[in-house]
Amino acid sequence: MSGTAGVQIAGTGLYPFGRHGDLSATAMGALAVRQALNEAGRDTKFQAAFCGTAYGGVAAGHRVLSELALTGGPIVDIEAGCASGAAALSMAAAAIRAGQYETVLVFGIEKMPKGIIRSSFFDPWREQAGLAAAPAYFALRAQRLMLDSGITKEHLAAVVVKNRSQGVHNEMAMFRKAVTVEDVLASKVVCEPLRLFMLCSPNEGAAAVVLRAGSGGVQLRAAALRSHLPGHVLNEGSPLSGLIDSDPIPPTALAAADAYASAGIGPAELDVVECQDTDAARELLAYVELGLCAPDELGSMLDSGATAMGGRIPVNPSGGLLSKGEPLGASAIGQVVELTHQLQGRCGPRQVDGAQVALAQTIGRGANASVTILSA
Amino acid sequence: MSELAPVTEGLFDADGLIGGACGTCEERHFPQAGHCPWCGAAAVSTVRLSSEGSLWSWTAVQTAPPGYEGSVPFGFGVVDLPADGLQVVTLLTESDPERLHVGDAMRFTTVPVGDGVSSWAFSPSTT
Repeated sequence: MSGTAGVQIAGTGLYPFGRHGDLSATAMGALAVRQALNEAGRDTKFQAAFCGTAYGGVAAGHRVLSELALTGGPIVDIEAGCASGAAALSMAAAAIRAGQYETVLVFGIEKMPKGIIRSSFFDPWREQAGLAAAPAYFALRAQRLMLDSGITKEHLAAVVVKNRSQGVHNEMAMFRKAVTVEDVLASKVVCEPLRLFMLCSPNEGAAAVVLRAGSGGVQLRAAALRSHLPGHVLNEGSPLSGLIDSDPIPPTALAAADAYASAGIGPAELDVVECQDTDAARELLAYVELGLCAPDELGSMLDSGATAMGGRIPVNPSGGLLSKGEPLGASAIGQVVELTHQLQGRCGPRQVDGAQVALAQTIGRGANASVTILSA
Repeated sequence: MSELAPVTEGLFDADGLIGGACGTCEERHFPQAGHCPWCGAAAVSTVRLSSEGSLWSWTAVQTAPPGYEGSVPFGFGVVDLPADGLQVVTLLTESDPERLHVGDAMRFTTVPVGDGVSSWAFSPSTT
């Protein structure tokens, strides 16, 4: 760990992930921020604010803090795709470690369009040619994972069954009904091998944390952010070509190496993980990239229940994005709120017993990947 | 098919894909870019890419994605072009994933993707 002081999660706030009619992202953000500040203490003052959002538009964070009469300090909006909130967190943590600020507000807000995410990332001709469908790229990765690691469609369905069964106990989740392998495989084929239930839904929500210099409480041990190395045709940067046999280290693995090194913690020491299950195969890729298992162990890892509640390393006790949906800018902060509550023993029926060390991971457009490590 | 305009200029013609070749690292890329995407060098020249490849990954898109006005379902995949050392993202003429297998021989073609517009695609070789 660099710097002198530790960084503590002093307060958390969450506006449920779902669909909220006409309620604006600004209003959701204000509610989450207010909650986090209240939890941090009535007189909490912050010297800077970082807001993660991808679709929030100009000065999105300023609009939230204007609603609460909390402007005056620096407010920085950060876009890093699915890692937007984690990018905000890493900037805030670095500023505290450098001694620039004592207390920083970090929040994420989003109100996503419905259906397949339309992104300014692609040129219009690429959309016109049918080459901009995000789930189709997820499907190509899933297909390769099946070819390379012996994973089956039933394994992909088992990831959904696991996460949805965990989401039943999360009042902040969008989907709270358990599903069976048969339900998942019978849901509409979106892009073979991916069925509708294997894909997370873009949605709306907000999350906030207050970071404070100091030891004690839940500590933010590392907040690493990395992007992709060039070469691979299916990296989240969505290039149209790649080099045959090119196998660069994936951005999540880069971020994990940074985070493990700066926290002085290895994958064997983790008690609970929240990862980016944009689709069912994406969760399995994260197991490998985070060092939880080797590619040829994925099937046995799932079959053994190692990543389910009560297993060796429960993954996505919140239900994951497959249960919560994904409001891009809020998603990564939502993971940190969940894990903070896990480390504080506040999670009720979805509590991972005795959790002391937790990891959150995101990966998405850019490509951006984040790995955040917390400890009790 | 030749009556259709390409979805954008400079990516392909009736004979195949048009890519870039880097004068520094000597690797190829697609589409041709201002700088080599692998090493960042500016010395990029235009090169005709191979029309013969093999299937590396595939799926089918069942619902028209935003901005796409062609027919659905359509095949979508990644084809290896060994002669170029490249893998390219492409539409596939075969939209039934069950009829495709890893390593299948594939050949360049073009397909309509909406009103008067075509894009590149690969089709299973019949021989």
